[in-house]
Formats: sequence, C-alpha cells, structure tokens
Amino acid sequence: MSREKDTTYEVPIGPIHPALKEPFLIKFKLKGEEIVDAEPFPGMNHRGIEFMGMHRNPMEVIPLSERICGICSIVHQHMFTTATEHALSIEPTNRARYIRTIMCELERIHSHILWAGVAAHEIGFDTHLHFTWKIREKVMDLLEYIAGNRVNYSMWTFGGVRRDITEEMYPKIFETLEYYENLYEKLEEIFLEDPSIKLRTRGVGVLTKKDALELCGVGPTVRASGVKKDVRIDQPYAAYGDLDLDYVIPSRYGFENKGDVFCKTVVRLKELLQSVDIIKKCVEQMPEGEITSEPKKAALLNKLGKSAGEGIGRIEAPRGEAIHYVRLSEERDDVDCWKIRASTYNNLSTYAPMFMGEQIADIPLIAASIDPCIGCMDRAEIIDINRGEVQSYTKEELHELSVKKTKQITKGGVE
Amino acid sequence: MPTQTIYTLIKQLFTKKATNPFPVKYTPENMHDAAELIEKDELEINPPVDVPPNFRGKLKYDIESCIGCQLCVKVCPSQALVFKEDNTVRHYVNRCTFCGQCVDICPTDSFEFTDEFLMAGPEKLYEDLVLNP
Repeated sequence: MSREKDTTYEVPIGPIHPALKEPFLIKFKLKGEEIVDAEPFPGMNHRGIEFMGMHRNPMEVIPLSERICGICSIVHQHMFTTATEHALSIEPTNRARYIRTIMCELERIHSHILWAGVAAHEIGFDTHLHFTWKIREKVMDLLEYIAGNRVNYSMWTFGGVRRDITEEMYPKIFETLEYYENLYEKLEEIFLEDPSIKLRTRGVGVLTKKDALELCGVGPTVRASGVKKDVRIDQPYAAYGDLDLDYVIPSRYGFENKGDVFCKTVVRLKELLQSVDIIKKCVEQMPEGEITSEPKKAALLNKLGKSAGEGIGRIEAPRGEAIHYVRLSEERDDVDCWKIRASTYNNLSTYAPMFMGEQIADIPLIAASIDPCIGCMDRAEIIDINRGEVQSYTKEELHELSVKKTKQITKGGVE
Repeated sequence: MPTQTIYTLIKQLFTKKATNPFPVKYTPENMHDAAELIEKDELEINPPVDVPPNFRGKLKYDIESCIGCQLCVKVCPSQALVFKEDNTVRHYVNRCTFCGQCVDICPTDSFEFTDEFLMAGPEKLYEDLVLNP
C-alpha cells in the first residue's frame, strides 16, 4: 500500500451490542467526509441458539425460538412451528390460521412504529422518539391483553394456537385499530411532510431497483425501490391466502420508487395502515371451530419423538422474509437440525450501494433504515493511513454528528 | 414555521403520562422506615398496575393431585422442573420462563398460573422461590 497515493481512511463500525439479533461489522473507506466503499462483515457474535435447540425436543424449542428476537418473537415462533408442521404433515385449523394472522399483523404494527421512533432519534428528533414509543404502548397493551404477556407471547403450538381470541376481546381490538387509524394522518404529517425530516431523508441512502434485485434484499428495504416482493402475497401462509392484498410500494401512493430513506419510511407507514385493514378483515371473517388440531399434548409429544422428516417455515417478518429449516429424526427425541435465516442477514449486503457517496453523519440514519436493531453501532474507529493514527468515534459522537448535520441543514431552526 | 412537530410537542406537555408510575415518587432513604410508614397508612403508594386476564404469573403446584407422570419435566424448556424421588416435581421459580407448557400438558391440572408477579428474593434458592423443595 503506497502511503503517498492512497488518501482514504478506513472506518470499522460494529460489531457487538447485546440488544442486537445479528451483530455485524461494517468497514467504511472514506475520502474526507465522503464514503467511497462499505463492506459488511456478518457473523461477529454467535449465540449458539440453534445448537441449544438441537439439544431439546420440539416442544421445548417453541419457547426458545421466540427468544431469538425481542421484537419479532411471534415471527420466529411461527416459522419454527410451521417448519415442524411441514415436516410432520400437521395441518393447523382454520380458526388458528386467522388468529395467527392477527397476531403477526399486530407485531408488524408495533415493529414499524418502533422503527419510526428509532429513525427520528437518529435524525435528532427525540420528541418524535418519545411520541412514537408512546403510541406504540397501545398495541403492546392489546398484545398483552390477548396473549397474557407483553413480550414472549407463547401463543403458538403445533397444529394451532394456545389461546383463543374470543368475542369479548373484539371491542378492545377494534378500539385499538381505530386509535391507529385516527392517528395515522398525524404520523404521516410528521414523517413525510416535516421539512427538516424531508431534508435528512430524501435522496439519502439510495438503493436502486437493480441493486436491490442483485443483492437479494428483502422486505420494506427493497419494496421502497419498487421491487414487488412479499411472502404474504407470493406464497401465502396462515390466512393471507383468503385476503386480497397488494404490494406496498411507494409508486402506489404517488411517490417515486427511489429507494432512499424517505421511501422506506413511506413503505413502513403505509404497511401500518395495511396491517390495520388485515386485522379488521380477519376479525370479521374469523371462522368457528377448534383452535388447535392437536389438543392432546402428551400424544403429540410422543408423535414428535417418533417421527422423521424435514420442513421449511417462511414468513414475511416486519423486516422482510425469514426462513427456518427443521429436520427431525426417529433415533433422537430432540430436533436433529435447526437452521435460521433472518431478514437482516439479506439486507446487510444492501448496505454497500446505500452508503456509497454519503457522509459520516448519515451513517446512523442509513444503517437504521433497514431496521437492523441499530444498537450495533457501538464503536467506530478512523484509521488515518497516511499518518498511522487511530481516531475513534463512539456511538454518542456519531449520533451527535448526525444531530449537528440536521441543525446545519435547517440553519439552527430546529432543536 | 409552525409544523405538526411543534404542535404535538406543546400538546404532549398537558397529556397524561404514558408510563406506569413508581410506587413512591422519590426513593426513600430507608426502606424499613418506608415499609413501616406504609403499614401505618402514613405514606401513600401508587398501587401496582392490574394484570391482563390471561396473565402468566407465579405457578401454583397442587401436590395432592400430581400423579408423577413427568410430562411437565419433558416439555420444560429451561429445566425449571426437576423430578423428585417421591413421585412429585420440584419447581425452581428463578429458572421459570413462564411459557406455560407444563400447565397445558398436565393431565390432572396440578399446575395453575396465579396473578402474582412480585417474585424478588434475597438469594436464588430463597424459600419462596422453590416450590415443593
């Protein structure tokens, strides 16, 4: 490496934060303030949760699987259960399918609102963070009312669900949905029409449609670029086949499919409204019947120990498509093989084109735009190759830089 | 420029707080004194928040109806249930994840959830934290 010619700096960001499902490291190459290259390095922290699962029987793995992620606990529970159902050819009952759909969509609402708060925090609007997290409490209360706990719902079982949504619960569900419908206009005004937020999000972190397709991104990240990709429509699971859904892409609502942070906000906010519609339809169309096709748990446990097979569970998580693979064997009572592929893993590779040509102050916002649980931004280091000096940025300093940029753009008008 | 942001911010100042209040406004200097004051009704505390209808709290174990089939031990993901030699199970509350699979699988309904959620103890094997020791 010739010291005279190369004037780029290298900035590693990451890798570990306890709150993160998939800790990762990104190494940035900088020319002054501008990012010229970004390379993500996943696999920095291995929790061994799959290994733990392979030493437990499938019934024990259900509560374990929902602890993979604090936000997507329903998602992982659903995937593991459907993968095992696929392996054993168990069919869930119709009523269970609808209850599963309702729970999945409730989780999508709370995840997207949470993301909006995180994005506002990275821009420097902590008031919006507190506002969005306050309105999120309403859906958390509803989840607690249905499932019994605020997080880790323990709802799923093989062949159905463990708790019913009865008619006494309908008024509270409709009340919550109405609350979000009334509030939606305000959210849109805050996140899509506020001049300061528009300045920070428009044209920042652009992912073109070509890149999105080539890098196999998933979820709202690529839908913002105009890619029509949604497991709920492409390969319907639970009760999504009965519902009339359409892809949420910005051009449907009069925006350009640019793939920047602004478009990602549009997609997430519109999906909020879509989720409210889906839950309404599900509650109205809910069929009568049993909530599980395997009511005898002891017999089911015996069956799980003796059967062999392999299965796949897919879901459209709030962050995009995720997959579980499960294999059971006759010799062992425990799960023989368990493999998880979560959505952030795909979306990590879309970082490279998104960061290109942006500034250091935009790193927190762009990194948050794929919704990776941004807590990973623990530490960043700038290595001056010319002088051999090391300069580090903590997460707080990076955040401060980002807030400073917002102030500069708006000429000190926004606090 | 008056935006929705500023309007919301001002409105937030006058709305009800979203978080659940702590039992007392400020941390008392001495917990024993505070507890005595509460007993004498001289210190008002904010009552705990109501639990939801299907709440999964501390387990209640009915030793009389237990038949020792060990099904609950097989489905417990955190090894919180340990089989004893006298054909009953010991339950370690500090290991429990409150998934409720033992409640579902028990053929004689010996396990039951209660609404109790205050389960702090001075040590891991505190007498309240082990059922059927």
